[in-house]
Amino acid sequence: MTKRELPKRSAEDKRAFKRELTEVVPHLRAFARGLCGRPDMADDLVQEALLKAWAAQERFEPGTSMRAWTFVILRNAYLTDMRRNRFRGEYDEGVAERILTAPAGQEEPLHLSDLHRALLTLPPERREALLLVGAGGFSYEEAANICGCAVGTIKSRVGRARAALSSMLEDGDIPDRAIDDPAAHRAILEELDEVAAGRGEAAATK
Amino acid sequence: MATGNSEFMSSSRDEKAQAAKPQDSCTGKPQDPEWASGLKKLYESVVDEPLPDSFKDLLSRLDEHEGK
Repeated sequence: MTKRELPKRSAEDKRAFKRELTEVVPHLRAFARGLCGRPDMADDLVQEALLKAWAAQERFEPGTSMRAWTFVILRNAYLTDMRRNRFRGEYDEGVAERILTAPAGQEEPLHLSDLHRALLTLPPERREALLLVGAGGFSYEEAANICGCAVGTIKSRVGRARAALSSMLEDGDIPDRAIDDPAAHRAILEELDEVAAGRGEAAATK
Repeated sequence: MATGNSEFMSSSRDEKAQAAKPQDSCTGKPQDPEWASGLKKLYESVVDEPLPDSFKDLLSRLDEHEGK
């Protein structure tokens, strides 16, 4: 293992970092909202991630993707907070309704709020995989790097997430995540431990 | 005879992902369910929101820290 000395950052490097970090904030907010559902909590999470990213800026390699780098930080913050029980994919119907009214929607047979709710019922590792690939436009390879798992794992999670969403939305049957149910809640937290440890597959195969 | 018509399955659903990975091995189903564009729309709708002041404040505070 080569321990590379990080070069000292010039003022120009720091300005560039700040600029790129600023540019990526809207994407962090979108990713966070998809992950945790509640806009206020999502924004808290993004702020936390921004502070962490700032503190760790020496570790950012100029020229690499700021979005991918900060998504890793955001994701880790999310998993930590989830395990601390700060939020669990709670869904705020009123807020969502206000936010999700599609502005450009013509005759949209699909309600985006239904989609979002369905998304939040997915196991976290599938949800994040689908968000990264299907919403964020990352390649499978990039998503695998962000999640710290194999490309095949990401493909399988995205495939399962797509299948689950399709079936929920076609049948119009979107289950509640039943987070008040202690058993379900425990299962969610166990899943998260698996994901955080980079072993999401065990949880994914129920 | 080599057959190379698997490109047929590609759609414009997620351009970047598809560009990087032209064929999708694990889904034989139609690639473009109607919610797929909704998912992007969800994401883009947040990206396009004006940035709340709290973020502008935070970003400017980062610089102050840098100054000391």
